[in-house]
Amino acid sequence: MGSQFHAISFTSLILASSLVLISLYVSYHQQLKVEKDIIISSLRATVQLIIMGYVLNYLFSYESPIFTVIILLVMLFNASYNAAKRGNGIPNAFPISCVAIGVGATVTLTILVASGILSFTPYQMIPIGGMVISGAMVAIGLCYRQLLANFENRREEVEIKLALGATIQQSSLSILRDVVKTGMQPNLDSAKTLGIVSLPGMMTGLILAGMDPIEAVKYQIMVTFMSISTTSLASFISTYLGYRGFFNRKMQLVRHIGKAS
Amino acid sequence: MLYISCKDVVFTDGSNEVLKGINLDIEQGECVSIVGHSGSGKSTFLKLLSGLISPTSGDIFVGAQSIDDYKPSLYRRKVSYCFQQPYLFGRTVRDNVEFPFQIHGKRVDWDRVHELLDLFQMPHSYIDKLNVDLSGGEKQRLCLIRSLINDPDVILLDEVTSALDANNTLIVESVLQHMHKEQDKTILAITHNEEQSRRYVNRRITIEAGRIVNEEVL
Repeated sequence: MGSQFHAISFTSLILASSLVLISLYVSYHQQLKVEKDIIISSLRATVQLIIMGYVLNYLFSYESPIFTVIILLVMLFNASYNAAKRGNGIPNAFPISCVAIGVGATVTLTILVASGILSFTPYQMIPIGGMVISGAMVAIGLCYRQLLANFENRREEVEIKLALGATIQQSSLSILRDVVKTGMQPNLDSAKTLGIVSLPGMMTGLILAGMDPIEAVKYQIMVTFMSISTTSLASFISTYLGYRGFFNRKMQLVRHIGKAS
Repeated sequence: MLYISCKDVVFTDGSNEVLKGINLDIEQGECVSIVGHSGSGKSTFLKLLSGLISPTSGDIFVGAQSIDDYKPSLYRRKVSYCFQQPYLFGRTVRDNVEFPFQIHGKRVDWDRVHELLDLFQMPHSYIDKLNVDLSGGEKQRLCLIRSLINDPDVILLDEVTSALDANNTLIVESVLQHMHKEQDKTILAITHNEEQSRRYVNRRITIEAGRIVNEEVL
């Protein structure tokens, strides 16, 4: 199959928007009372994506590496801010998120650029950087929630280990392993079913846009590897930096930190 | 010789003043029982002595040194604390008896483990038993063994016999008597059984509403 870019007409897009009516009907019929949410979400997605399209178009015209780095940093801070909200109550959640996402994304992107898969141009770095950073953000959010829940529910286990003379890391080790796994698991699970249960969005998009499926698969393999590496690194770093906030200098488990939600 | 000294110890949890100025001296080798109603602050007091929480104000001295001057992990080897609910780690008895050695980077001293198993009347073959196969009394005895492996000077016990049957209670009491009389350990045990406290302790302290309201030498 050759490369045949299939453009979507404005009229087709308007017709496709009628699909939203189906969810509106379901909500109305089942009295779910999410009609307002459906309309707002659809409008927001449309407006945000249109703006993003124009912004990317504008950004891609700049070839400056500094400019690319600035855009990646803006993404990093935004993602860290959002991830930190999940860790409400964990001390220093924002700087920890910055370090975890920063290291995870930098390592992954450096390897991709060094191996020649990506070139350091805004056209490649911004969309791929966005995927890497948002993957790390989601993983860190999961880790924070799990940290809060585990230190709340397994308080006694930690205190018993502390009482035996364990360090804070020794007394938290089983919790930390569980938390890092939680951050990594969605990506590992989705990687296991790729091509069998699901055709991932990016690959589907490339094929729809006319790319040869074999080429699209190569991109998807790269995305899968980079997602696994970034989420692993980000989960590990955020967990091992974040858990320390649950203890004070006297190696005591701090009472009432955050609220597991 | 004075071993533990509490001076004006206050502990506040949010707006709730749990302990309202505890003053208490305990000699080395004393065996003290702490009694009082639920919510009187006796568990909080024991937890303060364990170093797992710190007083809001006041001082606690152990062995002529403020609790704050100890390295926490070393202090907790010296002062053991056994919780009311028996909580076991991992899957087997082995996981639990090995943990106190592993955290200090030591090889497991099986002679010490066997000595404690004998004292608590648990067969050596129990080492590979699954945690889930132990009875409530066996779990609590195993928790006590785990907390005594490091040979602490002070033993803090938070109602460890409250859920045990008569036989298990007698086994635990006989070990505590042995530790107290033969090994000169300092023991503080919360109990709500007056008869029990008379059986093996030197002194009984009553805490009510965050204050020591009675001290009785037995």
